[in-house]
Amino acid sequence: MTFEAPVLHYSILAPILIVLGGALVGVLIEAFAPRASRRSSQLFVTVASLVIALAALLRVRNQVSVSAAMGSVSFDGAGFLLQASILIIAILSVFLIADQENFTALAAAVPGSEEERHSLQADLRVTEVYPLTLFAVAGMLLFPISSDLITLFVALEMLSLPLYLMAGLSRRRRLMSQESALKYFLLGAFSSAFFLFGIAYLYGYSASITFSGIQASIVGGSGNDVFLLLGIAFISVGLLFKVGAVPFHAWTPDVYQGAPTAVTGFMAAATKVAAFGAILRIYYVTFANAQWQWKPALVLIAIITMVFGSVVAISQRDVKRMLAYSSIAHAGFLLSGVIALSKSGLEASIFYLFAYGIATLGAFAVVTLIRDSAGEVTDLNRWSGLGKRSPLTASVFALFLLAFAGIPLTSGFIGKFSIFSAAYESGNTSLLIAGVLSSAIAAFFYIRVIVLMFFKDSVEDGTSVVIPSALTTTTIAITSAVTLILGIYPAPLINFIATFATFVR
Amino acid sequence: MNALTTMMALPLIGSLLIAIIPSEQVLRIKQATFITTLLVAISGVLTWIKFDSANTALQFVESAKWIPSFGINYAVGVDGLAIVLILMSVLLAPIVVLAGWNESEGGRWSPKVFYILILVLETMMIGVFAATDLFLFYVFFEAMLIPVYFLIGGFGSGERAAAAVKFLLYSLFGGLLMLASIIGLYVISGANGGHTFDITRLSELHTYMSSTTQNLLFLGFFIAFAIKAPVWPLHTWLPDAAAAATPGTSVLLLGVLDKVGTFGMIRFCLALFPDASKTFTPLILVLSVISIIYGAFLAIGARDIKRLIAYTSISHFGFITMGIFAMTSQGMSGATLYMFNHGFSTAALFLVAGWMISRRGSSTIADFGGLQRVTPIMAWSFFIAGMSSLALPGLSSFVSEFLVLVGTYTRYPVAAVIATFGIVLAALYILIPVQKALHGPTTPGNENLSDLNLREKIAIAPVVAIIVALGFYPSPLLNVINPASAHVLEVQGFTDPVPSESAGK
Repeated sequence: MTFEAPVLHYSILAPILIVLGGALVGVLIEAFAPRASRRSSQLFVTVASLVIALAALLRVRNQVSVSAAMGSVSFDGAGFLLQASILIIAILSVFLIADQENFTALAAAVPGSEEERHSLQADLRVTEVYPLTLFAVAGMLLFPISSDLITLFVALEMLSLPLYLMAGLSRRRRLMSQESALKYFLLGAFSSAFFLFGIAYLYGYSASITFSGIQASIVGGSGNDVFLLLGIAFISVGLLFKVGAVPFHAWTPDVYQGAPTAVTGFMAAATKVAAFGAILRIYYVTFANAQWQWKPALVLIAIITMVFGSVVAISQRDVKRMLAYSSIAHAGFLLSGVIALSKSGLEASIFYLFAYGIATLGAFAVVTLIRDSAGEVTDLNRWSGLGKRSPLTASVFALFLLAFAGIPLTSGFIGKFSIFSAAYESGNTSLLIAGVLSSAIAAFFYIRVIVLMFFKDSVEDGTSVVIPSALTTTTIAITSAVTLILGIYPAPLINFIATFATFVR
Repeated sequence: MNALTTMMALPLIGSLLIAIIPSEQVLRIKQATFITTLLVAISGVLTWIKFDSANTALQFVESAKWIPSFGINYAVGVDGLAIVLILMSVLLAPIVVLAGWNESEGGRWSPKVFYILILVLETMMIGVFAATDLFLFYVFFEAMLIPVYFLIGGFGSGERAAAAVKFLLYSLFGGLLMLASIIGLYVISGANGGHTFDITRLSELHTYMSSTTQNLLFLGFFIAFAIKAPVWPLHTWLPDAAAAATPGTSVLLLGVLDKVGTFGMIRFCLALFPDASKTFTPLILVLSVISIIYGAFLAIGARDIKRLIAYTSISHFGFITMGIFAMTSQGMSGATLYMFNHGFSTAALFLVAGWMISRRGSSTIADFGGLQRVTPIMAWSFFIAGMSSLALPGLSSFVSEFLVLVGTYTRYPVAAVIATFGIVLAALYILIPVQKALHGPTTPGNENLSDLNLREKIAIAPVVAIIVALGFYPSPLLNVINPASAHVLEVQGFTDPVPSESAGK
């Protein structure tokens, strides 16, 4: 028996490797650098490795390869677009994370303990959040370009584990934050188990774990269809859990609410891109030929997700929970792009993911600014009159809400139009109708927040808008500008996406 | 630069200039707004003069690529119907600014915001009538809701926030239904010769549609326009919005924005779906007749003067819709002229009512009385506006109402006969408040009301002049409208019924 040395295309894998390298440097800084210099050096290393990774990614944008890592990774235009979106969102998220006000002083200290008090007095800061972020980003970069199920699973775990930890790092209401982390972890572990189970079934069906091998078996049609169906179903459970589609959404509101807001923003934006990237690839490349078997179920899930997210969001009193339900509704809209199974569906999904990710990040960035003496204020009632106190902040938040609602001249409208037209073009009229109706429902609660901010009198309870740090300001400025520009003149980005958006098979 | 684009750019430039002026310099802001709207009005009149009424093709055409991959263009151009409505809009804008010189004060925000919103709205009002690309039309159609929403909610009176939300939700719901239809058209156009939003090409598509498709798409458009117009039973937002908004905003809302609904019925419902239009005509005529009679009864029962005007508008919009769907050239011309005249008679009513209300501090009709003696000029202005609203021969509305009734009678005599009762009721709903508010003994508290000042006289003079002049000599408008409305009918194969000899032949 001979062994072949594995052949790796380092240039294609470079972005992932750079981010991982940055994470390792970060771990070393945690271990050896003096506490005082950690924050600045960590921030520098993190941003630098993300920027270098983005540059390395841009260099290979025209390459297409199915054998970047012995058939486990396939890089193509769509992979490039998804990875680039993840990196851009990650850089903007790190700017938010750098505002350390939201993070606990010492994550290991038991809430309410003497140790916690000491750590607060000593004004300690968690800096381990930076390498954790980089590890998660590396997993996210791998997720949408994996082309076998084992790599996909590794990437899934690699992006999830750091996120579980990061969700528990909140400075205030720590018990709630830790509860959300535990909840996320347990449910995530369940979904991973389902996912693994699905891999086993698909292996049983096709005797292969690669996307191309499974696809060949589906085309050949010789295997046992029950195994195929079970495999697709269980793998879908694992993936749909990550994007928060109903009925696998239960973690979303609690985790969004409990996690530090900067982490929530990162999670909501970047995880969604990565997970939908993986879903798009596996459905478009592998499962497309079996679409008559899974399509009805996925259409149903998409419709339920849209409607449920929109309806339940109406009754939310907490801005982070409201945004969580809104993200569930958007997951439903995005699923229609998956179901479309067409080039225009892929383009629309990628545009939507980018536009939505940017707007979500911006919205959470604004949430970090509304505080009182005990930290962030997420109770919507206490946001009333915000437009009077801080017109600019309120206007920017209103812009993001209008983008979520899909009002013309914001990026959300172009996204919604392109994804619904792709869905309808491939014959899914029910998705179009459900999408439009749930958009109408969703508009209601977005507008309610605008009413609250602009048309209600302010309450004097110490709620105020803090002056954002330079980095947070940068994030808010960039996200709002992108949201507006993509609404007014999206043609360059749409053309750019159209040039690249293909999956290599 | 294209005349229409210039007209749209001017208010935007003006709003940018105002944004620079410090918000304390209220007078300068008002002057800048007034001058801007005046310039737009002048360029509107110049465009009107240059318009070649004999030419039924679109004029002042300009087209530039906007989002090429979706076949979306920035395309503008006007036919005789559109130019008339644009002329009405740009003439009303300076009048509204001048008449409501002080209504921007006492709002939630500074007057600066008010005038920026007004100017942005003016750009969109021109754009919505000028757009010859369906997507562009939709963008204006939806985006113009936002400034109106803030104008009502921020500067109105009474239950302004609730009224603003009701207005926005109704409109968004209609807009989303229309979006579904637009996506449907887009996909059908893609299957038949390439994606496009050009209305000329879209109007050829109906031959490719099954009648079910055509009916559904038609309903998406029609419901959106029926909410906008508004047609019974989708009218309930209008009285609240009109009562809460400032008089100037109400003029723009009823005078211009609602016309987008009736204009859209001609431009899109009839032109794109001629067969479906015929199918639904009986239903729509029934709704129109109900609107005419029901609106009139509501107006008779109204105690609040602003609500009264809103109800009369519902009745008038019934006439307009009836004229449009009678599908005769007289009906179509009459409906278009009606739109123009209704803009001015409603403007006169609302502006004078606004002055009465601000002087008296009450909008209840019963609080007025004997104004004829105390404030003769104001009373006469209200009287003339009222007479125009009830379509007194010699005033402009008479011509249009007569044309609508004649045009309807030739094809649908029953509807026309019932609608004629609307005229009788109109006399009631106008003469009752005229009698209560203007005549009779002077109600205590009204003795010292001041009459119109010079600014107000200058504002109301052109409105009254137009109402009287067009009543005697409507030809300048009809010369433009007639060829255009004949063309609209001819293109989609509607013909006037052959005039029959009188009975007993």
